[in-house]
Amino acid sequence: MISASQRLWRTSPLTYIALVLAALLSIYPFYYMVVIGTRTLDSINDVPPPLTPGGAFGDNFDRVLANDAANFVTGLINSIIVSSVVTVSVVLTGSLAGFAFAKLRFRGRNILLLAIIVTMMIPTQMGLIPLWGMMQTLGWYDTLYAVTVPFLVSAFGVFMMRQYASQAISDELIEAGRVDGASTFRIYWNIVLPALRPAAAVLGLLTFMETWNSFLWPYAILTPENPTLQVSLSFLSYAYYTDYSQVFAATAVGTLPLVVVFILFGRQIIGGIMEGAVKS
Amino acid sequence: MSLSATTAPPSPAAPPPPDAASRRRRGYLLNHLDLKYSPYLYIAPFFLIFGSFGLYPMLRTAWMSLHDWDMIGDHSFIGIDNYTRLLSDEYFWNALVNTFGIFALSTIPQLLLALFLANLLNRTLLRAKTFFRMAIFIPNVVSVAAVAIVFGMLFQREFGLINWLLSFVGIDQVDWDGQRWSSWTAIASMVNWRWTGYNTLILLAGMQAIPKDLYEAAAIDGAGPWRQFWRITLPMVRPTLIFVVILSTIGGMQLFTEPLLFGNGRILGGNQREFQTLAMYMYEMGIENLNSAGYGAAVAWAIFVIIVLMSLLNFVLVRRSAK
Repeated sequence: MISASQRLWRTSPLTYIALVLAALLSIYPFYYMVVIGTRTLDSINDVPPPLTPGGAFGDNFDRVLANDAANFVTGLINSIIVSSVVTVSVVLTGSLAGFAFAKLRFRGRNILLLAIIVTMMIPTQMGLIPLWGMMQTLGWYDTLYAVTVPFLVSAFGVFMMRQYASQAISDELIEAGRVDGASTFRIYWNIVLPALRPAAAVLGLLTFMETWNSFLWPYAILTPENPTLQVSLSFLSYAYYTDYSQVFAATAVGTLPLVVVFILFGRQIIGGIMEGAVKS
Repeated sequence: MSLSATTAPPSPAAPPPPDAASRRRRGYLLNHLDLKYSPYLYIAPFFLIFGSFGLYPMLRTAWMSLHDWDMIGDHSFIGIDNYTRLLSDEYFWNALVNTFGIFALSTIPQLLLALFLANLLNRTLLRAKTFFRMAIFIPNVVSVAAVAIVFGMLFQREFGLINWLLSFVGIDQVDWDGQRWSSWTAIASMVNWRWTGYNTLILLAGMQAIPKDLYEAAAIDGAGPWRQFWRITLPMVRPTLIFVVILSTIGGMQLFTEPLLFGNGRILGGNQREFQTLAMYMYEMGIENLNSAGYGAAVAWAIFVIIVLMSLLNFVLVRRSAK
């Protein structure tokens, strides 16, 4: 019996070959980014194409810093600011609202929660054109407000926190807080928020990555003078499309932060995505 | 869990209140207000910001689409004229065909590959599980802009790696951005690279929820791995599959960054609009040309309707195949 079950779940070498191949294909473009970004421009035209890194990264990145077509450093700083602010806000507003939906009683709770779930399914591009007009009216064109304020809250964040809070926090715990005379906000701050920490971390990581990588809206509302990192990369690649080593050096630098985050927290990120998939 | 910090009730410090009873009454009132109304305060940030920057623009898109609307000038009500114009607009149909073409080339191979990989990862005795999961997922971490830049280089005509590899099997240099099919393939390969791993993990999560004894019973009945996959795994992950297909549809119908950067930022997507997608056409009409914002809004609604119709179709097809 044991042997039958073991035979059932054993893994053949072919499985490993296929998985290693898939892993190599996934990782190769990162490697390629490094190869081209560290090569001199001349060696890129070689046949066969270069397959190993070179030593010209410093030169290449100096060209990135020197040119003002894309303002790479401004873009990098802007992206750090915007992604951080959005992440903190999404986690706080999401956990606050998620806590209210999971643990507090109020009129209209179910219908409001349903409204949030419905908004999760609406394509984000739907409001693009009027939003662009609104930003002109508010005087936010080409400012960081335009790429920050609309994203301070997230329906997904509220929903995810609500799901986690309803199973991770017992009603007794909240009752105990009430008996001690704590206000609702104190209960949130001292009991609920610490208990939500694992889910908040995953939400924070996902939000940071999404904000860091978002393209269409920042591209529509910002200019090369005051870009986010992704917008800066796109203008760099338009203006210097023949100078691949420069563009790739910038792309590698812009990708590095997320790769580091992923190597450090990938396990949690993957866990969060897979759990979310089963529940929804 | 420490409750020590929660035990201090708000206490009025300076002059002692007239009597204990009225103080208690005030405390009760505050407590009552807190219980009854504070929840609205906690959900208010979401609804305020989403209402202003999410819902309102969306409704305004509908309103604008019924107008001849110049973003920096006048607008006049024209009813459904924008929509009737859409139906006879050759560029709109072109963008629709391109979007569906790229969508098919990205979604179908991607889902098959994701099913295959998820099935491989779903072995209980697999070593280095976490490593494989992370390696397969990592493309999703890279920004679309970076992916488009890297793949643009891989598909470069004279010295790109892909053409170099193809030369070994006797295929001459392909001008990837010169024709419809080749540009679709290049763009779809970016989407595939970035999303296969994500979909693999979602499907894997669905597969892991399948009770293991089903497989063991099937094995005892003499069903091989292939048969088990068809008879157990595939039917049981159907709900997850629906979810993945709908997500891919929503993403695929809004495809923008990959084709834009592949065409070096030209919103037309190729000299003859070979790879201009619906989202690019919306952007061209609504934001590049501010005087046709109303028409751009109509394109936005068209995209929305297409997404809804395709999601419904997906439901119906899957439901029917289940019977």
